[in-house]
Amino acid sequence: MTTITTVTPRRSAVPRLRRTRGFSAERPRRSPLLTVLTGIVLVYSLLPLAWLLVNATKTQADLFSSFGLWFGDSFALFSNIGQTLTYDDGIFVRWFANTLLYVVLGAGGATALAVLGGYGLAKFDFPGKKGVFATVIGAVAVPGTALAVPTFLMFSQMGLTNTPWSVIIPSLISPFGLYLMWTFAAEAIPTELLEAARMDGANEARTFAQICLPLLAPGIVTVLLFTMVATWNNYFLPLIMLKDPDWYPLTLGLNAWNAQAATAGGEAIFNLVITGAVLTIVPLVIAFLFLQRYWQSGLAAGSVKE
Amino acid sequence: MTRSTRTTLRRTALRGAAVAGALALTLTACSGGGTADPEAAAEEGGELTVWAWDPTVEPIAEAYMEANDGVTIEVVNAGTGNDQYTALQNAIAAGSGVPDLAQIEYYALPQFAIGESLADVSELGAAELDGTFTPGPWSAVQQGEGIYGLPLDSGPMALFYNATVFEEHGIEVPETWDAYVEAARALHEADPSIYITNDTGDAGFTTSMIWQAGGQPYTVDGTDVTIDFTDEGSTAFADTWQQLVEEELVAPISSWSDEWYQGLGDGTIATLTIGAWMPGNFESGVPDAAGDWRVAPMPQWTEGASDTAENGGSAMSVTEASENKALAYDFLEFASAGDGVQIRLDGGGFPATVADLESEEFLSQESEYFGGQKINEVLAQSAADVVEGWQYLPFQVYANSIFNDTVGQAYVSGTTITDGLADWQDASITYGNDQGFTVD
Repeated sequence: MTTITTVTPRRSAVPRLRRTRGFSAERPRRSPLLTVLTGIVLVYSLLPLAWLLVNATKTQADLFSSFGLWFGDSFALFSNIGQTLTYDDGIFVRWFANTLLYVVLGAGGATALAVLGGYGLAKFDFPGKKGVFATVIGAVAVPGTALAVPTFLMFSQMGLTNTPWSVIIPSLISPFGLYLMWTFAAEAIPTELLEAARMDGANEARTFAQICLPLLAPGIVTVLLFTMVATWNNYFLPLIMLKDPDWYPLTLGLNAWNAQAATAGGEAIFNLVITGAVLTIVPLVIAFLFLQRYWQSGLAAGSVKE
Repeated sequence: MTRSTRTTLRRTALRGAAVAGALALTLTACSGGGTADPEAAAEEGGELTVWAWDPTVEPIAEAYMEANDGVTIEVVNAGTGNDQYTALQNAIAAGSGVPDLAQIEYYALPQFAIGESLADVSELGAAELDGTFTPGPWSAVQQGEGIYGLPLDSGPMALFYNATVFEEHGIEVPETWDAYVEAARALHEADPSIYITNDTGDAGFTTSMIWQAGGQPYTVDGTDVTIDFTDEGSTAFADTWQQLVEEELVAPISSWSDEWYQGLGDGTIATLTIGAWMPGNFESGVPDAAGDWRVAPMPQWTEGASDTAENGGSAMSVTEASENKALAYDFLEFASAGDGVQIRLDGGGFPATVADLESEEFLSQESEYFGGQKINEVLAQSAADVVEGWQYLPFQVYANSIFNDTVGQAYVSGTTITDGLADWQDASITYGNDQGFTVD
């Protein structure tokens, strides 16, 4: 999944021309070089997606006999989608549901924990806060992949491997989400507001639920998007935790389908792998389009002093 | 048969203790719960987990459950080849999640057997099956005195060739490897886009070719292992194949990649020397070339000989960790020597059972994909002609994983296959000694 961010070009190192006309935010300076560069980046990011969409319309035979970046003789998109959803007793639908389950519980839970933790850390003072801060920052630096094998050994001793819990529980922890929420809450919730609420006799739970949560909404959406994408695309953790195809998320399922082509007696179904990949990214694209405005306001929060 | 992707294998869980145990490969009594009588165990019922990537295992399990009410079998595809071995190794190391049965390719079986991960099933009834299977697969499932699995299929090799391409350019189908090299030159000269075959270095293919040439690079006696790639068979292969690689007569395409399927479909890869399980893959993966391909006996190293080798093929084994070995064995026998065989045949598998290989019905089948040719006649003959006495290393999975760093270099740089084999030999010897074997 590639995201396209608009790059605000810094002043390029072109020698200043003697012009009386000043450039402003409304009338930016035009730079052909930067336009070309960003154009290249755009094509580079969109080309794989275009390839995927074009090739999802081809049959297995067409995939090998037609030019990759253009349509083949047949238009098999709908039959491909139909086959993908029904192949092997509709296992793809099951994988889709599993992925949704992991995202709703894993990413949803991670977001909830990050919001609670971030709010607490931002707005309350307690002994050991510096230690917590150091731990969180340290945890951000550790890639999840490095923790996968120790987690596997720990879970296998607890007898949790090969169950959905083995994917959901590790997904609940998002140090980056916590850190983001922490900084966001510190900026977005004026301390005076909390004091006013307390003066008026609201208890802490009510203050949090009715006053702080609405203020935190942009940050929550941002964290939700991050954790959602991370869980949706998670590959290595489920790979070592799950052996039962009935619990696979889409990433593992598609890989298993792809491996069929490399097996004696296996059935090559490249067309279904490609169509399945298209279906896999559709929900993410929709989520992004829906949540984009919150996402942008969340990212920019606190950058300008009002 | 798997892709020769480089899977980083975890060190095999083989320690001094395991080696000591392997030295005394005496039969231990069946441990674990359940009865020791497979038939009684099937009556009693129970649950089994099977790891297999072969698509026909699922219907076989269903048929078995129909015949045995009390038994539930869960078939899990835990990955193909190396991926599954890594997962199995992990599960054994973690001591949990080990299946009752696992599909294991013949080349990998010694590694798991000597690591004491597999159960010896000879006492459970496997000893009585002597003569049921063709010699190649049957000797492959035996280690020392024990039997560590039963053959699911076999892969006697044959030459699959694109008859349309050969006819178009008026080239004879080669009967010897020298003629094969000649044909490679002629084809490539007639049309530079055509290669006689593809090869980027494949451990399974290389060892099978050396096997056919009468080479014996590996000799294994308990934990005493000898690795020697300078014998006549290995040299014959290295010299012949070197010509093809040097003159760029083999397509630089890895097997099982999508370019490979494309080349098989459009006639730019003209032959494949591969195991007898390939027709099924042709039918599903190369639908475009239906009617173009035929099967011929494997080219020979000496004129008029009829030697072949096995390539790929899998056994299924009961794991040492299984709690119900008797029941597991009952299913295993059903799958590999009972009603399961016919289900595999219907699914396009190639049998390892003598009775099926000799049956009139099997031999006279006309394959539509291969233009009505009775391909099983050629393939069954190949099964009977397999050179005897071949052995794989008790750490072949690891050895194959470093093939591309050693022999594979001959395909991409200036080194020769002979040098590559020497490197492979050294690296394998070093690893074997590190693992507690005595290797020279």
